[in-house]
Amino acid sequence: MKTLAPIVAVIAVLAAVPFVVQSNATLNFLVVSLMVALAGQGWNILGGYGGQYSFGHAAFFGTGAYVTCILQVRYGVNAWVGFGAGIAAGAALGGVIGALAFRSGLRGSYFALVTLAFAEVLRIIASVAPITGAGVGTLIKLDLGAQTFQFQSRAVFYWVILGLVGVSLVIARLIERSRFGVWLIAVRENEDAAEALGVNARSVKSVAMIISGAVTAAAGCFYAQYFLFVDSGIAYGTWISIEALLTPIIGGVGTVFGPLLGALVVKSLGEGAKLVTGDVPGLDLILYGAVLVLVIWVAPGGLIGGLAQLRKRLMRGATRAAASTQGAGHG
Amino acid sequence: MPVLSPAILVSAVLNGLLTGAVYALVALGLTLIYGVLHIINFAHGALLSAALFAAFFAFRLLGIDPYVAIFLLTPLFFAFGYALQRFIIGPASHRDDRNMLLVTLGIAVIIENALLYAFRADTRTIDVPYAFETINFGFTFLAVPRVVGFAAVFVVALALWLIMNCTDIGRAIRAVAKERLGAELAGIDVAHVYAMTFGLGTACVAVAACLLIPNYYVNPSVGNAFVLVAFTIVVLGGMGSVLGALIGALLIGVVESLSGLFLGESLGQIGIFVIFIAVLLVRPNGLFGARA
Amino acid sequence: MSDQKFPFSRRQFLTTTAVGAAAAATGSVVMPSVLRAQGAPVKLGVLHPVTGALSYSGQQGRLGATLAIEEINAAGGIKGLGKIEAVLGDAQSTPEGGTAEVEKMNSAGVACIVGGYASNICLATTQAAARYELPYVVDVGVADGIVTRGLKNTFRFGPGFGVIAKTALANLAAINDQAGKPAKTVMIVHEDSLFGSGLAKLLNAQLPQQGFQILETIPHPTPTRDFNNVVLKIKAQNPDIVIPANYYNEYVLLARTMRQQQIKLKGIYSVLGGAASSYKFVKEFPEAAKFIMDCNHWFDPRSDKAQALKKNVEGKGQFFTYEVYMNYSCVYLIADALQRAASADRAKLTAALASSTFSGHVMPYGPTKFVNGQNEGAAPVNTQVLDNDIKVILPPSFANAKPVFPMPA
Repeated sequence: MKTLAPIVAVIAVLAAVPFVVQSNATLNFLVVSLMVALAGQGWNILGGYGGQYSFGHAAFFGTGAYVTCILQVRYGVNAWVGFGAGIAAGAALGGVIGALAFRSGLRGSYFALVTLAFAEVLRIIASVAPITGAGVGTLIKLDLGAQTFQFQSRAVFYWVILGLVGVSLVIARLIERSRFGVWLIAVRENEDAAEALGVNARSVKSVAMIISGAVTAAAGCFYAQYFLFVDSGIAYGTWISIEALLTPIIGGVGTVFGPLLGALVVKSLGEGAKLVTGDVPGLDLILYGAVLVLVIWVAPGGLIGGLAQLRKRLMRGATRAAASTQGAGHG
Repeated sequence: MPVLSPAILVSAVLNGLLTGAVYALVALGLTLIYGVLHIINFAHGALLSAALFAAFFAFRLLGIDPYVAIFLLTPLFFAFGYALQRFIIGPASHRDDRNMLLVTLGIAVIIENALLYAFRADTRTIDVPYAFETINFGFTFLAVPRVVGFAAVFVVALALWLIMNCTDIGRAIRAVAKERLGAELAGIDVAHVYAMTFGLGTACVAVAACLLIPNYYVNPSVGNAFVLVAFTIVVLGGMGSVLGALIGALLIGVVESLSGLFLGESLGQIGIFVIFIAVLLVRPNGLFGARA
Repeated sequence: MSDQKFPFSRRQFLTTTAVGAAAAATGSVVMPSVLRAQGAPVKLGVLHPVTGALSYSGQQGRLGATLAIEEINAAGGIKGLGKIEAVLGDAQSTPEGGTAEVEKMNSAGVACIVGGYASNICLATTQAAARYELPYVVDVGVADGIVTRGLKNTFRFGPGFGVIAKTALANLAAINDQAGKPAKTVMIVHEDSLFGSGLAKLLNAQLPQQGFQILETIPHPTPTRDFNNVVLKIKAQNPDIVIPANYYNEYVLLARTMRQQQIKLKGIYSVLGGAASSYKFVKEFPEAAKFIMDCNHWFDPRSDKAQALKKNVEGKGQFFTYEVYMNYSCVYLIADALQRAASADRAKLTAALASSTFSGHVMPYGPTKFVNGQNEGAAPVNTQVLDNDIKVILPPSFANAKPVFPMPA
């Protein structure tokens, strides 16, 4: 349990936020940021720990969103059951795409683009298929109440998404500490060497993809409950694929807190840019892009990596100072 | 159901080839950058938008016909691309592929919104006298600018092939693409080669823009419509393969056209990605990609 | 890299929560930008997608709204309440972006929000505003779902799909009848998202009832890079009329491609056509635009206020597009309601809007009458491009030209 203590602590602190912050604008901002963090954590499991960069995580996000929408709207299924079904669908899709892609030995950029292609195929189908409402999209009826997973208070949504993010952090942590995680990271570092050492790379990657799909699908289900409207561009658009990979890379790939940190930073950056530049269209996004480039320039390992570097440098400086005061010959 | 006579099928195939030619022009630059720098250049679409604006203003303000503007804009955008890679993308990404991805993403956002900020969102078009000239091909009329584009793509592809195989810089680029460390040890200035590659890729985009503008329109996000297809073609053809990009583009153009004909324009878009997935599952390195 | 594998230090824990707290703090002082206006007690949220895919329409919408606010303030503001302070928001062409702006505007204490533009954005923003019983006037968004959810705060000034499709068809039948029924077959080309698909569905249901035969309905994505295949199908089936329903860029490409392929039709009758009733299109492609008919949002050509606004907008170098005058009218509607409510209180304003009978707008709607949030009098109008200008051809009460149908060869 000791390894989970930091996660519990972080979640506990964040859970206290709605008691301190009354502004709904802020709560909304945090809810959306946490949702993106959740999607990013899904990506992180496959891409950060597994080294398989996906450009099509929208496929999972959208599937989660649509499954829960369609079940509720067309089949009258309870919203919570729909949520679970959406997650299951995401996992299943992860299994399918993984089976196809990894069996063919797709790697690197080829894998990335195949995932993108899958997301696009789903988007196109969703934009014409009658069951999704085609172009018109699917609208979940506004019906506030706990049983329909629609809450009057934004704080409740906040706690729900925070809980989901917490679970995803625990999953990442457990993967890190498990044998599966060791295999996964080995595959990331050098797939051929790992295979030579007896790791079944294909099944390890597939399992990672299933978990990854489930986590990101959860974010999609949440989106559907929060905004109550889904269409093909929202569900399967490249925007979420980009957010899902941007946040872990900025925050720190292959770390437990990377996606969370990255999401908060990236979203705050967007807001901050707007504050600074005012109303002129486009200016805030120029600033956003510029800061993005600068962050990579300065902290190429992501923020967590950058902080680790900083810590190392400070510690090295301290050690050197300590050594020199002791009169040791070597620096 | 549509009347699917041979006349229509042939016309659709021809259309596909002409559209594919445009895709090829966009993809050629991308495949070069991909093959050498091993990065997916997210900024490619934004660069296309910028080049289209440049072609637009060359016509509107300076009265330069797009086909003439090619000779002006190609070196200009080559220099722009060179500088972008040499002084921003290269240093910012610390030579890491993954970082280059994000840096180019950031640059794409900057370029697109700079265009929005500077020129607003209005869609602009130019009206050149030959825009509506067509060649009568029996059942269908082929627009002259598109036919010119089709011919041009072979010229550009040939030029690229000549550069890659018959010049020193081409050899250096191929060396770096194959084995960067070795090339560096052999004394090749890798940063310079990277920048030259990016410059060449951007120059291709400028050519594409000039050939595209007579029959298309210009606004800050116009390039985005081509990005996904271009990426797909590059990977389909095999990264770094000029021939692969050319053939892949024409193939994708025809596939898109025929599936649009049979499935409708909306669902038909699926053809591109289904073919792409199918090819990759069978040939994981693309049609002409080097076996890993 | 090695000690990063299982990293967790106090520093990282602190950082994560620190950033979270900082974000919360930033959020709590996040304030939308405001136009400077001394002592302005009435805040009005002006929300449009001014960046992203819809930026042109969003910017035009914002222009119309801010022009109205300036005019009202120049005339002394709202009687009894003072001047209006515009709280501008950028929906970034997404529902999430719009929702975030609604939250900020609510925090800023706006009395009402106007705008949204796109149907999918409006669906989210009206709902977000409903949480605070914040009145929301939809400027354009035509999806029927916007006013059928039972939200008391939502008002739509313009017409929805249902009315637009019905009017378009009735007018088409009328024009066809008047010309001796030369047209029988129709092909529909529509963009495949909410507005195009919804419209196409209604057209498919109602066109046969008016005696027309639909040869094919062709959806296409936005953006579409090339229309040659679509035009090929049109050529092959040779319909009498083509009905396009799409956005500006695609409309232009379609029209140009039809001209290249020398398509001869009896008429091009668009419904909510992106360019068919656009001065920009007429100016830039006079040949391709000739005789195109549209059933779309349009201002009242007999209104002096409308003509003055047109001159003003064109004087600024902008085109007089529907986003401009619809938002302009919405702001005046809100101002009238504020005056009648004699207060910026949301409940009173909502009641005032619901009972509104406002005719000081520039649309050919007559006095407003909201039933379940929909302005009953709202309807589209038929235009045709004649003599390099856009004329209103139906209804006769607003018309300033007679329809030319079929299209001369």
